[in-house]
Amino acid sequence: MANDSKNIIEELESGDYKYGFTSDIATETIGRGLNEDVVRLISEKKGEPEWMLERRLKAFRHWQTMKLPQWAHLDIPRIDFQDIIYYAAPKSAKKLSSMDQVDPELKRTFDKLGIPLEEQMALAGVAVDAVMDSVSVKTTFRETLAEKGIIFCSISEAIKEYPEMIKKYLGSVVPYADNFYAALNAAVFSDGSFCYIPKGVRCPMELSTYFRINAEGTGQFERTLIVADEGSYVSYLEGCTAPRRDENQLHAAVVEIVVENDAEVKYSTVQNWYPGDREGRGGIYNFVTKRGLCRDRARLSWTQVETGSAITWKYPSCVLLGDDSVGEFYSVAMTNNCQQADTGTKMIHLGRNTRSRIVSKGISAGRSQNAYRGLVKVAKGADGARNYSQCDSLLIGDKCGAHTFPVIDSRNPSAVLEHEATTSKISEDQLFYCNQRGLSTEQAVGLIVNGYARDVLSKLPMEFAVEAQKLLSISLEGSVG
Amino acid sequence: MLVVKNLHASVGDKEILKGIDLTVRAGEVHAIMGPNGSGKSTLASVLSGSEKFTVTEGSAEFLGRDILSLPIEERARMGLFLGFQYPVEIPGVTMANFMKIAVNEHRKYRGEEPLTAGEFLRLMREKSAVVELDPKLTSRAVNEGFSGGEKKKNEIFQMAMLEPRLAILDETDSGLDIDALRIVATGVTRLHTEDNATVVITHYQRLLDYIVPDYVHVLYKGRIIHSGDKSLALKLEKEGYDWLINDYREE
Repeated sequence: MANDSKNIIEELESGDYKYGFTSDIATETIGRGLNEDVVRLISEKKGEPEWMLERRLKAFRHWQTMKLPQWAHLDIPRIDFQDIIYYAAPKSAKKLSSMDQVDPELKRTFDKLGIPLEEQMALAGVAVDAVMDSVSVKTTFRETLAEKGIIFCSISEAIKEYPEMIKKYLGSVVPYADNFYAALNAAVFSDGSFCYIPKGVRCPMELSTYFRINAEGTGQFERTLIVADEGSYVSYLEGCTAPRRDENQLHAAVVEIVVENDAEVKYSTVQNWYPGDREGRGGIYNFVTKRGLCRDRARLSWTQVETGSAITWKYPSCVLLGDDSVGEFYSVAMTNNCQQADTGTKMIHLGRNTRSRIVSKGISAGRSQNAYRGLVKVAKGADGARNYSQCDSLLIGDKCGAHTFPVIDSRNPSAVLEHEATTSKISEDQLFYCNQRGLSTEQAVGLIVNGYARDVLSKLPMEFAVEAQKLLSISLEGSVG
Repeated sequence: MLVVKNLHASVGDKEILKGIDLTVRAGEVHAIMGPNGSGKSTLASVLSGSEKFTVTEGSAEFLGRDILSLPIEERARMGLFLGFQYPVEIPGVTMANFMKIAVNEHRKYRGEEPLTAGEFLRLMREKSAVVELDPKLTSRAVNEGFSGGEKKKNEIFQMAMLEPRLAILDETDSGLDIDALRIVATGVTRLHTEDNATVVITHYQRLLDYIVPDYVHVLYKGRIIHSGDKSLALKLEKEGYDWLINDYREE
């Protein structure tokens, strides 16, 4: 009974995309287009060491030989990669030592997003590494974390301060040659977060990064690297909201997670990039590569609530390399109006007695297209591997589409794989029942959808779950009646 | 409270209600009986605003307002409650959450402040006792995995929570064992006051042992063909509908 239904109701009635505002902060950008000089310039602006530039250039040269992937169930408009600005940094990029030094306008932006840093610091015990356009502006709780030996900083800082770790882990789970967008990201990534949890340490707070796209026509290429050393634990939250834009924005992030022996990582996302207007104009193109590597007895859990973006292309995956390792994927993907989503997961069972669980809940409304794409792969040596997949689709209205592409590839006869799938519609009887109890049809739909997604929402940390519930209702605005 | 005049309603081309006249005043209990397929449930659905049916003629006033043009939820918020014959499941939505929204919507309509979490929980505890509903059920999803008896108790629990002016209970007694029937019927009786009214749709006299009606109506082929006091129900129990139907046919 955690959810505050009154708020949901108010949100529902309030209308347009709630986070569609623009912050007026001076930004520094470089010209449009991409070539080796731009890659060099990005590296130089960030004051990177030579080896990092070499890595970027290698990725860039490889990217030039690659073709756009076409296999997804998506209708992607032609993207002109030479018409994108690849770097933008708020001008106040110099180091800040206290909250007072933060640009007041920036602080107001965070307030509008409902994440006042002070309050979070005081009440929620959440350390926020706030990424505003590409450069980390503020990292909180660093000292508290440092006492435990936890590193939580921007990836640019990590490159300078922990080069050995970056050299060892960056690109170890998602190599630059992995796919088109991963290669692009490896060449031009602007910033992101780095997190290291030392052996045996249980991170005392949820680590959270709020991303925000904020400069006109700027691509956002986030890079996140999380390393959980042996026997450690961390819960990591990623939430996205973006201001309203008329032109399409490209977003190609990479998240890599290394889960060493006996460690556990929970990675939760609420994704609410601007989805475009009712007719499908504008909106973010979101091409994300997320993957984690699990060693012996390690556990990795992905939970995502996807309501935003014009196009979502995203498959958080687990490579279950170690024996007895566990991978989980819990997803709610909602599309409305003209949104398109092709999302799912890959569970790669390599070690013995590896287990994985997939719960995917798709919700399509309006004229949107929503696809689940999943791969469960069991290698020859993965004796006793187990997978359970549940893949549900909910349709609202009769102009949307729901598609599922589950692939199972098992090379080991001892594997046990289960797959369940359902497709349902919100029934007239359910709506009548709710209406008869005094609920409006929009309230009823919001409630039914939240109920449908409950198995996934319940996996989110509390405050995130409340936000996600609101988002689901807001995103359904105008989809019925 | 409720004044229905010459009400006709159809589903597709088929006319189901063929001119219903019914007046219910505050403090009254009415029972509607009749053979299967005579239009009892349709009447309940039409009055609550179900879009499956089209009203073709006649009028229905509730608390002095023409309700036929009002949306379902507004009729509900005015105080019209329908106890469903087949309560609907809403997976993943807890009974408590569902009721919290419903109660607060009713309050908002009356210009009252929403209940605080504490007030709401107290109300739920108090009202679930009325129908001896296991309080644990309120933290389960709406009607999901409820037994037949629990579902019907849950309908009366919701009625207790929403305190309607007029409750129409559609075969609330069907599928209940003797104990559950007693509990549900006693619950309905306890909720009855001088200010509200109850219409029970039933096949069986035994429900009326508990919920004693002021009027009993027999609905047949979309019309009320006979009305009487509680003794009519006893007679129907003993003799069936044939004598009435024959009578009606001769008319």
